[in-house]
Amino acid sequence: MPDQTDNIRQIDSRTFVIDQEDIDTDQIIPARFLTTTSRDGLGKLAFHDWRYDGDGNPLEAVSLNSLDTAECRVLVAGRNFGCGSSREHAPWALHDFGFRAVISSEFADIFRSNSARNGLLPIMAPEAAHNWLLANPGVAIKIDLASQHVDLGNGPGFDFAIEPFAKHCLMEGTDPLGFLLGHADDIDAYEAANA
Amino acid sequence: MSPETKVTGKAPRSLFDKVWDAHQVRAETAETPGLLYIDLHLVHEVTSPQAFSVLAERGLRVRRPDRTLATIDHATPTLDFAAGDAPPYATAAARNQVETLQSNTAKHGITLHGWGSGHRGVVHVIGPELGATQPGMTIVCGDSHTATHGAFGALAFGIGTTEVGHVLASQCLLQRKPKSMRITVDGETAPGISAKDIILTIIAEIGVDGGTGCVIEYAGSAIEALDMEGRMTVCNMSIEAGARAGMIAPDETTVAWLEGREQVPAGPDWDAAIKRWTALRSDDGAPFDHDVMIDAATIRPMVTWGTAPDTGIAVNAPIPQPRSPSHRKALAYMGLEAGMPVAGTPVDQVFIGSCTNSRITDLREAAAIMSGRRVANGIRALVVPGSVAVRAQAEAEGLDRIFTDAGAEWRQPGCSMCIAMNGDRGEPGQLVVSTSNRNFEGRQGPGVRTVLASPATAAAAAIAGHVIDPAELMEPAHA
Repeated sequence: MPDQTDNIRQIDSRTFVIDQEDIDTDQIIPARFLTTTSRDGLGKLAFHDWRYDGDGNPLEAVSLNSLDTAECRVLVAGRNFGCGSSREHAPWALHDFGFRAVISSEFADIFRSNSARNGLLPIMAPEAAHNWLLANPGVAIKIDLASQHVDLGNGPGFDFAIEPFAKHCLMEGTDPLGFLLGHADDIDAYEAANA
Repeated sequence: MSPETKVTGKAPRSLFDKVWDAHQVRAETAETPGLLYIDLHLVHEVTSPQAFSVLAERGLRVRRPDRTLATIDHATPTLDFAAGDAPPYATAAARNQVETLQSNTAKHGITLHGWGSGHRGVVHVIGPELGATQPGMTIVCGDSHTATHGAFGALAFGIGTTEVGHVLASQCLLQRKPKSMRITVDGETAPGISAKDIILTIIAEIGVDGGTGCVIEYAGSAIEALDMEGRMTVCNMSIEAGARAGMIAPDETTVAWLEGREQVPAGPDWDAAIKRWTALRSDDGAPFDHDVMIDAATIRPMVTWGTAPDTGIAVNAPIPQPRSPSHRKALAYMGLEAGMPVAGTPVDQVFIGSCTNSRITDLREAAAIMSGRRVANGIRALVVPGSVAVRAQAEAEGLDRIFTDAGAEWRQPGCSMCIAMNGDRGEPGQLVVSTSNRNFEGRQGPGVRTVLASPATAAAAAIAGHVIDPAELMEPAHA
């Protein structure tokens, strides 16, 4: 039976809010942890330097450390989330931590494309809805990928954009690498013409 | 007759349009992105192991090992070690990561500039140095500073590890065309102003997300006046304004810099290449989604006061009043005060290096300040050349002696303290003046405060012991 938490076609969840702009990938996962050769188990390193003291002990006052991610799978963050490096470890860490969607008013390009490939929906919200979400932490929301709509209950629900092929891959489980390799003839022809 | 009708009768195109169009294997549709062919794929130890694992799981080969070039730079120590000894890795994980790349490149027949190679170094330094980076190419790497190679008129951008796997297996990427932005820097810069000051000014002007979704073309007389190293510094930091890539049209400076390098064409092929390359420029009237103008004459030596790269100000200018909670948080983290200049702030460490500023001209710029002077008491200054070749060139010019005589450490090449994952880092609370590209919280070690600056400004801070306008040290120490 498929793990329910990995279905991101519909997400019913409370939000977790980090009301801060320009959260960079060094905050999401510090570079010194990038010596791994695996993509697994990075959730414990998500926002590491916010969550732990210098000796690696969890800081009790930090709410990320007591978050129930079974209930809370949507991160709401300030504008320009995921700026900085191209490290795919950032969405790997957020996904392993338990998040399945991030809502912001703007995302850095590489983070956005990395997220959509790793079961972490990047959702760009219009300013009014974004401000409402930032001001109402912990609200229950519904994200529906098929209709590209976010229901905010009492708040200003909104439609969101997603690149059609990324949506298709998420909805149907299509593998982009398989799609690319399916065009081997086109690639052969291009190489022959440009040799 | 207008140039457009004379040439092709087609709509005028930008440099970016031309390179993009020439690499379309399959055009994008409403449903699917296009297939963009990649001429050169640069690979390093940090963002590639999981991609090679996917190839192994699926039994796939690397389609074009001849278009793939690898080096080790991020996790590698910059300390000296004797031939025959094991490199002094900071952690077993770092050693494992390098050995994983050694094994993956050997298995797939990919050239690796590893230990012992005369061209080992920071990936964005060695690509151009080898002449592997050429005008008109598409170049990608699992590294956001890949935009560096755009200095040669290549379309170069950073990708994630999943995409590294895509390029390894298919030599293509699934891409929709980004928007375009032209940034024109016209006029003459004041003496002593470097490329780093120009790009920090640009980023401060358009913001840390000002280029999001865009490929930037840098144009104007102040850009044309830069040498190739300076152009690389400018393009390198395009990502710090959120842009996918930065490009500069190839010209005589580009051609002269590339001539004779290992991987550029020779003989009649060289002449043909020059013709092709120098034709690569934006047509008159080419459309851009955004146009930005900067007056070069207004640019001053720049430093950052905050924890995002768009917080650059002139070194003697007052720090602006905070405009947002993020700004207040940044000022508190940095221990700086609005209304005061960054100049005068005591410094703990100075780092001269990184893919932004570790090339020979950067080292000359720093050496000119340090020559005949001493690093201030209690300050640690690290000079880390970008490659084995840059290090050798600097030593041939005697720059290493200038640095070591001043009391700075002369290191082996690597990314070092820019990303602080190889053991080179600051201590909590320390202030580092750094020629690198990011001043994010903790970037150079937990709790470390980073001030971004040019090589001259960083070198001057090392000598003075506090942040200072490098102009104050630009007269030689002794005649």
